[in-house]
Amino acid sequence: MQIVIIVTMSSIVQVNHLTKQFNQFTAVNDLSFSVEKGDVYGFLGQNGAGKSTTIRMMLTLITPTQGQIEIFGYDLYKHRRDILQQIGAVIEKPDVYKYLSAYENLQLFARLSGIKPTRQIIMDQLEMVGLADRAKDTVKTFSQGMKQRLGIAIALVHNPSLIMLDEPTNGLDPQGIADIRNLILQLSRDRKKTVIVSSHLLNEIEQIATRILIIDKGHKLVEGTAAELFDTSQTIVQLNTTDNQMAVEKLANSSWKNNLKPMRDGHILIQLDQEAIPILNQFLVDQHIGVLLLQPRHSLEDYFLQITAGKQHVGTFTN
Amino acid sequence: MKIFKTFIQIFFFTFIGYNGIAQEVNTLVMKVKNKLDQVNDYTAEGKMKTDIAFIKAPVGGVKVFYKKPNKFKLQRNGGISVLPKGGVSINIGNMIVTTGFTAIDAGFADIGKVKTRIIKLLPNGDNNDIILSTLYIDEANLLIMKSITSTRENGTYEMEMRYGKFAEYGLPDKVFFSFNAKDYKLPKGITLEFEDVDQATKDKLKGKKGRVEITYSAYEINKGIADSIFK
Amino acid sequence: MWVHLRIELYKIFRKPRTYLAFAAITALIAVIQIGLYVDGKEYTEFVMADFANSFAVDGKILNGYFICYVILQLLLIHVPLLIALIAADMISGEANMGTLRLLLTKPQSRTAIVTAKFLASVIYTLMLLIWIAILGLFLSMLVFGTDDLFIMKSSYVVIVKESDVFWRYAGAFCFAALAMVTVASLGFFLSFFAENSIGPIVATMSVIIVCTILSTMNIPIFNIIKPYLFTTHMITWKEFFDFKVNDANEAIVGSIQNPGRIIQSSIVLLVHIIGFAGSAILLFRKKDILS
Repeated sequence: MQIVIIVTMSSIVQVNHLTKQFNQFTAVNDLSFSVEKGDVYGFLGQNGAGKSTTIRMMLTLITPTQGQIEIFGYDLYKHRRDILQQIGAVIEKPDVYKYLSAYENLQLFARLSGIKPTRQIIMDQLEMVGLADRAKDTVKTFSQGMKQRLGIAIALVHNPSLIMLDEPTNGLDPQGIADIRNLILQLSRDRKKTVIVSSHLLNEIEQIATRILIIDKGHKLVEGTAAELFDTSQTIVQLNTTDNQMAVEKLANSSWKNNLKPMRDGHILIQLDQEAIPILNQFLVDQHIGVLLLQPRHSLEDYFLQITAGKQHVGTFTN
Repeated sequence: MKIFKTFIQIFFFTFIGYNGIAQEVNTLVMKVKNKLDQVNDYTAEGKMKTDIAFIKAPVGGVKVFYKKPNKFKLQRNGGISVLPKGGVSINIGNMIVTTGFTAIDAGFADIGKVKTRIIKLLPNGDNNDIILSTLYIDEANLLIMKSITSTRENGTYEMEMRYGKFAEYGLPDKVFFSFNAKDYKLPKGITLEFEDVDQATKDKLKGKKGRVEITYSAYEINKGIADSIFK
Repeated sequence: MWVHLRIELYKIFRKPRTYLAFAAITALIAVIQIGLYVDGKEYTEFVMADFANSFAVDGKILNGYFICYVILQLLLIHVPLLIALIAADMISGEANMGTLRLLLTKPQSRTAIVTAKFLASVIYTLMLLIWIAILGLFLSMLVFGTDDLFIMKSSYVVIVKESDVFWRYAGAFCFAALAMVTVASLGFFLSFFAENSIGPIVATMSVIIVCTILSTMNIPIFNIIKPYLFTTHMITWKEFFDFKVNDANEAIVGSIQNPGRIIQSSIVLLVHIIGFAGSAILLFRKKDILS
């Protein structure tokens, strides 16, 4: 049963019961969420969770099997061109025409974005992403980071109000990742753009997103602000000892047994309050087990372990 | 020009063979010869049409030059011409020599509406390409209406003449040269043609007689021609 | 639409691959022309070996018109590869490069984009043919001069009067354009299904090779499908070089022996073009872009 939601003025994107099936495989399953004006909306999930499929559906690259997408209060498929006019996007790798120069690429896509690309506009954009001095060079000669910046320039050339970035930091070096992060923050803060950004890296999203949606296997797991979602009191630590087998045995026969998570990659994983870490250390020392490593982990995988504890999804990440 | 040579041969031997078995026949041939003798040279313009079932060719302009005793040249006015090898006889202007053949009276026949005398000429020697030559002569006007020439190598050719304005010189307005196309090999196409012509069509193409037709328009007679033209 | 077409043409003519095709044609034609210029007499003697036993052919057979016929005969079998190189790359190449998804997130109608792509490959095909005409016909006319056109068909010889040839070439090139656009639309259609350009290029050539073999083989079971294969009709341009004769076996200048065959082949090719291009456009409108 489809429920039509009345979109408030501040709601930029409204997705209702979105489903996409590729033959027998369900990539996105009954997904609903909304993005408010001015949000930096983090779209978080493992590779293959359905993030890209969802973003592609929001850009009309993929036709949904079921569900409804409204952007700016209008049905996306009924007002496709008007809506796309207001969207700038970089989807996965920033692929452009390699045999054309940065300037030519930007000019071509500006024209397709519905604006008349003057030299001033093009050069301003290239200036913004730091490629002005490489304007005449063919893209073939560009590094991954430069291509990514050109992709962003293309996404922004027509001054859209909604920006969608699908895995924008893929393949970038730390400096490139930081640049993208700063750019997103700048777009949101200074230029009042609404940004939807997807990633499989928790810390990346955590640093910039005002709201976060976590999906897994096409399902929505949880949605909220970073503060709401990340309970810092609980953490997973990674333990490595002189005798891991013995350590697991001792832990399993102690009060720690409920904290013990299945081992992965030869490491023992324990979920606990951060204050309990020294106590755990003391316990192991008392058992005459040498501690080689005792380190809090902060990854999406662990976060999933936390929020899905006891739920069926846990199998995906612990197998 | 090979065609020309063969053609010369046909007429050369046609009359060389006459040795007076029948005085009447002799006289007739001599009369025809004398008539043709008034022409020292001529140039003529004409149209040549090739009518061979498996050759589609447009009508082409030709220019013909003749000079006594046996100089002859056929010149195309541009274009490509296809003639059967070994014998299109286009000129009847060089019937001069009258030795080495045996002439036989073979009766009468009508060519169109014209009554003609048939004379067969047999070469005396064995070393000629021509085996037999038959002439149909219009006795009243001393004109050769038709000739059939059998050759050793190149089959049998038939030539018919129609006269008009230049009959007094013994020069035809039209010459039809016929030959049996059955013996000619059909061209084997090396082109990429998907459609195969069926056997019936092939037979039809083969069975037909081939014909070359020259229609002369203007003759210029005895105006003098430089020898250089025939080189 | 005009904007899209201009953009697509801009992209085609900025690709080095495009010029490869023009260079290949230039080289092929130059090889044929130089070969015939140097050894043309032997070539004509070889072609007419059987015929020359019985007939004396007089005149300038090796003229520009004849050279162009030889070029078309040899080249039109190979040009499809050069067309496939671009047409089969139109969608798949962009999918492979990753630009297709960027292109389709722009506020443009998909139908307009894909139609412009098809039209651009058609224009490229026509430009290739114009290039063949410039080099194969006009340059040959300039270098070798003109005269009657002498053609050996599979069972007869045709000599086309010089003044009657040129319009036949105009017709033949128009028909060849139709045949090559069919190749372009096949390549374009196949490019829809792949995310790399090698696949559709190879597939296009394979389809053409298989169909050409079926068209050439004279086996009853294949004869049933022959009339429906576009390859059977691709060589109908040759029909322009055969004329009617009257009862006296006189050539009728300006006539065509089998105009019906040309019309029929044109219809078959047009149906193929509409089928291939139409399906590609219709399918593309609903295509999920996963590249």
